[in-house]
Amino acid sequence: MAASPYLPTPAFARWRKAKSTAVTAVLVVCALAVIAPLFLVIYFLLKQGYSSLDWNFFTELPKPTGVPGGGMANAIVGTMTLLAMAAVVGVPLGVFGGIYLAEYGSDLGNDWLRFAADVLNGVPSIVWGMVGYLLLVVPFKTFSAYSGGVALGFMMVPLVMRTTEEVLVLVPQSYREAALALGVSRWKVIMVIVVRTALKGIATGVIVAMARIAGETAPLLFTALGNNFWNHNLKEPIAALPLQIFAYAISPYDDWHRQAWAGALVLMALILALNITVRVLSRDRNRTI
Amino acid sequence: MSTLPEAPASRAAKEPAKASPVSLPVAAQPVAAEEIAFDIANFNLWYGPRQALIDVTIRIPAKKVTAIIGPSGCGKSTFLRALNRMHELTPGVRIDGSLRHFGEDLYGPGVQAVAIRRRVGMVFQKSNPFPTMSIAENVLVGLRLNGVRDKEVLQRRLEESLHMAALWDEVKDHLNRPGTSLSGGQQQRLCIARSLAVQPETLLMDEPCSALDPIATAKIEELIQTLRQTYTVVIVTHNMQQAARCSDRTAFFYMGRLIEFDDTRKIFTNPGNPQTEAYVSGRFG
Repeated sequence: MAASPYLPTPAFARWRKAKSTAVTAVLVVCALAVIAPLFLVIYFLLKQGYSSLDWNFFTELPKPTGVPGGGMANAIVGTMTLLAMAAVVGVPLGVFGGIYLAEYGSDLGNDWLRFAADVLNGVPSIVWGMVGYLLLVVPFKTFSAYSGGVALGFMMVPLVMRTTEEVLVLVPQSYREAALALGVSRWKVIMVIVVRTALKGIATGVIVAMARIAGETAPLLFTALGNNFWNHNLKEPIAALPLQIFAYAISPYDDWHRQAWAGALVLMALILALNITVRVLSRDRNRTI
Repeated sequence: MSTLPEAPASRAAKEPAKASPVSLPVAAQPVAAEEIAFDIANFNLWYGPRQALIDVTIRIPAKKVTAIIGPSGCGKSTFLRALNRMHELTPGVRIDGSLRHFGEDLYGPGVQAVAIRRRVGMVFQKSNPFPTMSIAENVLVGLRLNGVRDKEVLQRRLEESLHMAALWDEVKDHLNRPGTSLSGGQQQRLCIARSLAVQPETLLMDEPCSALDPIATAKIEELIQTLRQTYTVVIVTHNMQQAARCSDRTAFFYMGRLIEFDDTRKIFTNPGNPQTEAYVSGRFG
């Protein structure tokens, strides 16, 4: 019986199978190499930080080395405070900037704006710290929570602006037309129809930006400075988790090192929580963007 | 009756207090001289260097259904969008000529497109209820955004508009469901109700049935028959049977020009222009 012309010779079939297996193996290795660092980081943080993590960590102030107990309550609250201030600065600027890019402006002008935003996105974070230092620390002659919040807020702006623009552009033109055809003025169409339709996407962009800046240390070195005590005055230096981790990690004391691991674990958990929020928010995209 | 802000005075003068649209007597009133809704003369429109409408002169009668037919790209949608200045959303568009709506120059100095669109509503090819809003919110959004706060007025207008759009019986028990939960045909009627809620004088329809099945199409056509008692309707359609079924007048556009405009019956049975005849008899287009 003659071999069917549609069947490969056995040797050729084996060769093809071998090639396929080899390429698949390479792809699997690459994929593992990408996600392995994440799991290694989480593994080490859990291993090193979990044992130092107790209730005191969340309720007590830092203690001198050698003194048992002590925590980073002020730094946790400080990071939250800084994030809130950053949002106050970054969200309106970013969202309105994104609205401008998506709905107004000339093509040429918008190209430049986008370019500027993308360059700003790549500005090293220490530079933002210096900007905050020059704008708010030098004139007022004191490190302050304000200056840290503003420096982080500036970092958020280009990110929020670009994501806002992207989701607004996704809102179908037909909604704008339908609303305009009702005799509704343009800014009301944009605020009530377009932005509301894209609200979830905008919120997602804001949270992504918050997650991105939550762990920033460099912009805070020259601005918020850090603080070992509670700070109830935003004109004074304030503690932040990344600053506290940095200070403890470069110290020569074992008990501070353990605290730094615990702090890193908490910070990681915070950022993970923000990212999970984003995933949940962006899951149901059927009705809104 | 509440009026929208900026309702032009001349409207009240021409039309003695428009009562609730549903309760209007059905019998057509004898009209001595035909009232003209749109009086358009030597109207040209360009998209950048390309001229889309060439020297269009037409008088569209009030309280009648005028169908606009013609092959794809003939300028019929462009023409429709020029009637409430929706074409201005397209960058690089330019017009000249005169376009009057009940005597008022729509392109006169200082005339605001926003004010025009309150009087000249539009229904689009694809139904587009706002996805974040319920059925009721969709109907009332135009009023709310134009500053109407009175709950009674809103409630009344909600019912009137949905009755008018022949949708009330189907949705009255779940007005709070999302507008997008309705079927395609219902969504299109919801969009019509949304347009009617702001009480325009004229309703422009841009192929309102082209995305609908025959049953939904029949309902919209039936609805157009009711609307003509109160409103001036201008409808762009690809479907010549639809134009023949539901319009009083038909305008045939070809290559940016108005070729012929006459009683629908005449256009379809005894057109004056050989191009019109070729198109309506299906020889091209």
